Amino acid sequence: MNTADQYLKAIYLIQQEDNSPAATGRVAEMLDVSPASANEMIGKLESRGLAEHEKYKGVSLTDDGIVQARDALQTYCIIERFLINVLDVEDFRGEAQALESVIDGTVAERLDTIIDRKSECPDCFDPELDACGCLDVESLEEAAAD
Amino acid sequence: MSLQQRVDSDQQLARLLQIGIVLEEVAEARANNHRESLPEPDADLESLLVDAAELSAAHRDRLEGLIDELAADSIPFDEINALVEASYGQTKPDDFDGVLYDQLCNEETAYKFYDDMIDAIDASDATFSVDREHLLSVLRELRDAERDAVEIVTTHMEERE
Repeated sequence: MNTADQYLKAIYLIQQEDNSPAATGRVAEMLDVSPASANEMIGKLESRGLAEHEKYKGVSLTDDGIVQARDALQTYCIIERFLINVLDVEDFRGEAQALESVIDGTVAERLDTIIDRKSECPDCFDPELDACGCLDVESLEEAAAD
Repeated sequence: MSLQQRVDSDQQLARLLQIGIVLEEVAEARANNHRESLPEPDADLESLLVDAAELSAAHRDRLEGLIDELAADSIPFDEINALVEASYGQTKPDDFDGVLYDQLCNEETAYKFYDDMIDAIDASDATFSVDREHLLSVLRELRDAERDAVEIVTTHMEERE
C-alpha cells in the first residue's frame, strides 16, 4: 500500500469516527507524521481529485477518494486477518502496521483466497480496536498472553 | 505505523519472506488444483500448469533458505494446501480462460511482491542477519523468473485468442 493510500485510509477512518471532515492535525497524529508533511500529501490528494480541503474545517474525501480508501482499508484488514489466521501472529496489529507499506493490494487479494473474511469487510473495521470488529480481540490477546 | 516503503528489521524481513513462501504455496496449490479439474484434457495447458507448480516449489525452497538464515520458521506446504483446497470450490475458474487468468494473477502477484520487497530493502539502511547482497540477488532472480512466467502465460493467452 503506498503512502497516498495510507493517508486516504486515515482520513476515511477519522471522517467515519467524527462524522465530519478530518482535521489535518488528527491525520498527522494518526500517521505519526508532521503537520507539514500531512498538508503536503493532502494537497497532492486534492490535485488528484481524491480529497477536498477546506480551511479551518479539514479534509474530506471525494467519491473516488472514498472508493480508494475503502480498498486500502480492505487491504489492511486482509493483512491483519492473514497474520492471525495463517501465521498465528500475536501482535497482528503492530505487524500489520509495519507491513502495510510493503504489501500491495494485488498481493493482499491473493492472500485473501485462503483467509476467512466477513462479507461486511471493511465496514466492520473498528478504528478504536484497530482491527475488524468481528474479531474477538480480547480472546486473541488472552490466548497470546497464556 | 510506517509510511516509508522499507524493511527495517530482521523480524519484518522474516515475516515478508514467510508471506512470499505462502504466496508461492498458494500458486503451487492452485496450479495443481487447476490441472486436476480442467473441463477437458488440454496438453499445452497441463504442461504450463506443471511448470508453474514446479517453479513455485523451487521459489519456495529459495525463500526457505533465506528464512533459515534468519532463524525463523517456514509455513508447511500441507497447511497452505489445505487452506487452498478449502476455498477452491468458491474461487475456482469456470473455463480455460479463467485458469489462464488465474495463473497470470499468480505470476503477476509474485512479481509485484518481489519487486516491492526489493525496493523496500533498497530503501533501508538496516543491517540484517542475512547477507544483504545475497538476499537481494535471490529476490532479483525470483522476480525475473516471475516476469518470464508472466510472459509465458501471456503468450498462451494470445495464442488461444
